[in-house]
Amino acid sequence: MSEPSITTIPSTPQPIRLLWLGCLVAVVSQIFLTAPVHAADEYRSVTIADPYLEMRTGPGGGYPIFNVVDRGETVDVIKQRTEWYLVRADNGKEGWVERAQMELTLQPDGSPISFDDFSVEDFTNSKWELGVLAGDFGGANIVSLYGGYSLNPNISIELWGSQILGNFSNGWMGSINVVHEAFPEWRVSPFFTLGAGVIHTEPKSTIIQGEDRTDQIGHVGGGFRVYATRRFLLRAEYKSYVVFTSRDENEEVEEWKVGFAFFF
Amino acid sequence: MESRFRVLFLIAAIVGLSGCAATKNLFGFGPEEAPPPSAEPPGQVIDPEVERREVKEPAIDREDFEIGAYVGIMSIEDFGSNVSYGLRLAYHITEGFFVEGTVGQSEGGLTSFEVLSGGARLITDSERTMTYYNLNLGYNILPGEVFLGEGHAYNTNLYLIAGLGSTRFAGDDRFTVNVGAGYRFLLTDAVALHIDFRDHLFDIDLLGEEKTAHNLEGHLGFTVFF
Repeated sequence: MSEPSITTIPSTPQPIRLLWLGCLVAVVSQIFLTAPVHAADEYRSVTIADPYLEMRTGPGGGYPIFNVVDRGETVDVIKQRTEWYLVRADNGKEGWVERAQMELTLQPDGSPISFDDFSVEDFTNSKWELGVLAGDFGGANIVSLYGGYSLNPNISIELWGSQILGNFSNGWMGSINVVHEAFPEWRVSPFFTLGAGVIHTEPKSTIIQGEDRTDQIGHVGGGFRVYATRRFLLRAEYKSYVVFTSRDENEEVEEWKVGFAFFF
Repeated sequence: MESRFRVLFLIAAIVGLSGCAATKNLFGFGPEEAPPPSAEPPGQVIDPEVERREVKEPAIDREDFEIGAYVGIMSIEDFGSNVSYGLRLAYHITEGFFVEGTVGQSEGGLTSFEVLSGGARLITDSERTMTYYNLNLGYNILPGEVFLGEGHAYNTNLYLIAGLGSTRFAGDDRFTVNVGAGYRFLLTDAVALHIDFRDHLFDIDLLGEEKTAHNLEGHLGFTVFF
C-alpha cells in the first residue's frame, strides 16, 4: 500500500527497438542515396498531337492547371502514379498529365503511343493473384490473406492463411484450395472451390476451461471475382467447412468473406 | 533503288579487284559481308534519303507504392498513454483510393485500479505490450496545395481511412476496427510527411464486463513513394 507509483513497466526489449530504428534508417537512407541516380536522357519523350497538353500541379483532377504545352512540342515522361504522368516540358516545367491526354500524344517516329494498361483480358489471363478478405467465420471474425496461381484461365491453386478472432477463442487456419472458374472472361466471374487444411484454436485467456486444439478441415464453397480497375479485383465468397475433430462429432462452420486482390 | 544498285556494282568491283578471297559472296554463297564504309572513296556514298529513327521506349517509372514509418502517442483505454511506433505500406489504386497496411507497437501503463491498490496487477508486464496490424482502405478527400512564402508550393492531401485488423494486448488477439484521418504533406513528388489520428476499436472484458475500448493514436510519419 505504501509504494503506489514506484513500479515501472519494463520497456520494449532492446533488439526490437534496434529493429525499428534499423527500418527507419533504411527508409531514410533510401531517399538520399537513390534519388539522383536517374539520368536525364532515360525518359520517354512524346510529341503533343492534341491542340494542347494540360499540366497540373499534382496527380489528381483536383489540382490546378498551371502550364499548357502546345501541339508539336515534345515533353519527357518522368514517371507515373496511378493514372497520372509527371512530364517535363522543353522550358523545364514539370507537371502532372492525365492518361486520357497522354494517349493523344505521338512517339518520336510519329506513331501513336501506347501506355501499359490493364483490362479485363489481363484479369482473365493473369497468372498470379494476391488478396485480403475479411468476414464472418461461424460467428467469429476472420481476416485472411491468400495467394493464387493460375494453371490456366479456368483453374487456379490458392494458398490461404487466416486469423480467427472470436469471443471465446482465437486461432489460425491454413488451407490449400483448387478454384474453378467457368466463365473467366466475364467481368463478374463466378467460381467454385474445394480445399483442405488445418485449423488451430485456443481459448481466450479470460476463459478458464478449454485447451488448444489443432484439427484438419475440408471445405467447399463458391463466390465471385469482380474486375474493379487497373490490376484490382473485388472478391466475395462463401465456404462451408467441416472440422474433423477428435471428438465424436465433426463440426460444421459456415464462412462469408469479402475483400480485394491484385493480379499480376 | 538506283543508288543502291550503283553502290552494289561499286562494291562488286572493289571486291573483284581485291582478290578471290571474297568472291563467294558475289554468287550468294556464305554469309554476306557488309561493305566497309571506309573502303569507298569520298563523294561516292549517297546517304539514304529517309533516316531510320531509332525507336526506343524507356519504361516509365511507376510510383504507386508508399512505404514509411511513424512515431506518435497512443492512448490505450484504462491503461494510459505511451509512445507508439510503426511501419506503413500503401498502394495507390487511383488518384482517390489507396489501400494501406500498418504494423505498430505501443505499451500499456497501469490502470487506476492497479495504481490505487498498490501491488495488485491485472495483467503481466509482457502482456502490456500492444502490437497491432491493420489493413485499411483510404480515400484522398481533399487534395490541395500549401504555400510557404512566395517561392514554395507543396502538394497536400487530407485523407480518410477505415479498415480492420488484429491487436494483441492483455494476453489475447483482438479483432480491431480502425478509423481515422490523415494529412499528407509532399515535400517532393516522392517524399511525404504525414500527420495521422486514428481510433483502434476492440472489445475487451478484462475489467469485469465486456466493452468496446477506444484506443486513440496520433502519429507523425514519413513516407517515400516507389
